[in-house]
Amino acid sequence: MAILSDAAKYDASCASSGSTKRDSRDGKGLGSNTGSGICHAYAPDGRCISLLKILMTNFCIYDCAYCVNRVSSNIPRARFTVDEVVKLTIEFYRRNYIEGLFLSSGIIRSPDITMSDMVQIARKLRHEENFRGYIHLKTIPDAAPELIAEAGLLADRLSINVELPTDTAVTQLAPEKNPTQIRKAMAFVKLRKQGSAEKTYTGKRPPRFAPAGQSTQVIVGADASNDATILGQSTRLYSSYGLKRVYYSAFSPIPDSSKNLPLIRPPLKREHRLYQADWLLRFYGFELDEITGVTRDGNLDLDFDPKIAWALAHRGLFPLDVNTASREMLLRVPGFGVKTVSRILATRRHRTLRYEDLTRMGVSMKKARAFVTAVGWSPAGLTDSADLRAKFAPPPEQMSLF
Amino acid sequence: MYRMTMPMIGTAQSWRDAARALINANVPPANVAWGDEASATGLWDAAPPPDVKPALKVPRSFITLANSVVWHSDPTRFSMLYQVLWRLRDRPHLMTDRADADMSTLRRMEKNVHRCQHKMKAFVRFRDVGAPDDTRRSFAAWFEPTHHTVEPTATFFARRFGDMDWRIITPDVSAFFINGELTYGEGQPKPPLPEDACEQLWTTYFRNIFNPARLKVKAMQSEMPKKYWKNMPETAAIPDLIATAPARVREMNRAAPTIPPLRAAKVQKQVAALGTAWSGSPDELSVAVADCTRCDLHCNVTQAVLGEGPQDASLMIVGEQPGDLEDLAGRPFVGPAGKLFDKLARDAGLDREKAYVTNAVKHFKFNPRGHRRIHQRPNIGEVTHCKWWLDAECATIKPKVILAMGSTAALALTGNGSDLTLRRGEALKLDDGTQLVLTFHPSFLLRMRDPDKRHTAENDVRRDLDLANRLSGLAP
Repeated sequence: MAILSDAAKYDASCASSGSTKRDSRDGKGLGSNTGSGICHAYAPDGRCISLLKILMTNFCIYDCAYCVNRVSSNIPRARFTVDEVVKLTIEFYRRNYIEGLFLSSGIIRSPDITMSDMVQIARKLRHEENFRGYIHLKTIPDAAPELIAEAGLLADRLSINVELPTDTAVTQLAPEKNPTQIRKAMAFVKLRKQGSAEKTYTGKRPPRFAPAGQSTQVIVGADASNDATILGQSTRLYSSYGLKRVYYSAFSPIPDSSKNLPLIRPPLKREHRLYQADWLLRFYGFELDEITGVTRDGNLDLDFDPKIAWALAHRGLFPLDVNTASREMLLRVPGFGVKTVSRILATRRHRTLRYEDLTRMGVSMKKARAFVTAVGWSPAGLTDSADLRAKFAPPPEQMSLF
Repeated sequence: MYRMTMPMIGTAQSWRDAARALINANVPPANVAWGDEASATGLWDAAPPPDVKPALKVPRSFITLANSVVWHSDPTRFSMLYQVLWRLRDRPHLMTDRADADMSTLRRMEKNVHRCQHKMKAFVRFRDVGAPDDTRRSFAAWFEPTHHTVEPTATFFARRFGDMDWRIITPDVSAFFINGELTYGEGQPKPPLPEDACEQLWTTYFRNIFNPARLKVKAMQSEMPKKYWKNMPETAAIPDLIATAPARVREMNRAAPTIPPLRAAKVQKQVAALGTAWSGSPDELSVAVADCTRCDLHCNVTQAVLGEGPQDASLMIVGEQPGDLEDLAGRPFVGPAGKLFDKLARDAGLDREKAYVTNAVKHFKFNPRGHRRIHQRPNIGEVTHCKWWLDAECATIKPKVILAMGSTAALALTGNGSDLTLRRGEALKLDDGTQLVLTFHPSFLLRMRDPDKRHTAENDVRRDLDLANRLSGLAP
């Protein structure tokens, strides 16, 4: 248990949201799904624990340089049987420790054999234990399509990791993995999902295929790609395969790491900035080159969040009048979120907005004040002042002793 | 002065009934004193007015708001709600006004209750209290909620744990789910619950899922406040995890890197022999095109889409490039343009199964836009690079006639993609003697807005298909 959960901690995804609604009020099964996830605990690394995230085994025949379980690593190995995983999931679930299971695995013997064991666990949970909680299966791209098809019918979400931002990096650091194969598997999942949404000629709906969609994970900082490359890949993945999420995982030092890797760890801030940029691309109507074009080397500024960086570079567009500006422009104001913008638009119909009204709507005026005007507030020279940039910069910090 | 006393159980319905009666009797908020069972009664309390119809109509969103706010622990919650209800009578849009001060207080309270409910769903920890031979398992938990959230949250647990008995004991209200029936009772002091072996296992999991290289204590505490810790078994491990984290990271950095174990080489040798399954057709050409890196398009797409059809076809049909669906499915002409092509071909008496259908460029070129991919025309460089594959296909199929659809196909085959309208409709000859017919691309027809023009163009394509069909000898 210790070994196999230890090995699973490098998977970033833990979401248990976005699936179909179901419950066990009929008394014949266990578990429910409300559509929004619940985080049952938080580890001191700040990440939530929603699913029981374990590896079926950490034996692996592949040699991916960034992975703690690669064949050339000297860590102790262990393996769960199918029944052990099922029992553990059910017992933890009954005590309200978890939302469900996130099952991943090292590859033993062959991709097909490993995948069929994982599918067997899901099948047992669903059909024998009548488990109606959340199941997330990490799919092995090289496995047979029939296995992936069955996995999709049993699990809520499938994920296939693209691992690294460029094909070249995958070939260098994960020699056994084939980027084309990974994309083909994602295409297969998307097509199956689309197919299951269409009614048949008799008007029946086929069984739902991976109702919570698919996601993927990219390791940041293990190769030399800049943020523009990483985000470019994400936009393509979102548009091509209808992914629900792309997870960014800052490469963190692993016990017994490979000599092919840089031993410098990328700042965790970088991962955070990538997520912020990802959100701006998906929900705020930003274009990729608007975000990455602010700095010259294509990396996001670590000191400012991408929206502030963009706003500082485009001060000519500000200040905006919150009482007249369009939704598109309001979304670009630092400190305004999607929800607050909807609130502003709804309230604008009844009254003219004042500075205090904005704070009541949940706007972070510390950020927004330089970029907006409202009744009773004008930033005057603040928008164009030379030290505005410095106001947003993080305070100087003493270097760590360690 | 009216005194309204709200019970601990069923508060939401009681408040609604009381508020309806008061508002119908036109009682202003200043004349009502609200309280729960704990609050003292006043000297001049009057009996509440009777509930008479017709009731005031309020927006549904107010009912939702009230159903949450009544569970807040603030003693003023009932009067605050009634105050807003009073104002709602002549300001119906109040609910959508995000800047109103009363409303923002209520919304803040609603948010607190929702958070408390959410944390209860997350942090209640059951212990097994059943006997080993029971058919229906039974569990119990002790929990201390901040607000009165047991009643509104209990249905969640009933839906989730439908096949077992459970009890949630709190100092406020307790919930019991026995044999599928949900009941509520008074609050109780903390009962002694038996030890549960699973808690040890869970703590082991908690200790190991933590990554010491990314210590973020503040992030953890903001989501899992310390007030909940005392009833959660895993939290006992937290101080130790935080204290030892920096040392563990230093240890990791010092230990790296190591020499791979002996078996690594052995396993890798086996892997090399294994190869990957799922690599498509055994045909050499299709394997080779899948690994094509002649231009940059391959990095962004799912797969290269090679042509399909009989290897000895006398007619070869060349389109532009795979589209969104073709790229996902790995087959040519299956998207909207492919569907139109099939229809036109049927009209012209052409059997698609007998022809070899392919594209001038084998990879999909696109612009990502949110959840969609917008088609982009391949440039001359990409067409030239991909000509290599088209030539290879021509060499294996050896068609008598090639039908080139659209300017990209014309460009690939003749080196000139312009003036399609003038050049279409007649049999041309390629350098190697193969006959060539040019025509419009089906997606060009799909984009035409004017129905008359589209009709003419469709007829042109039908004629061209028919011509190619006759030249190739497929048609009688």
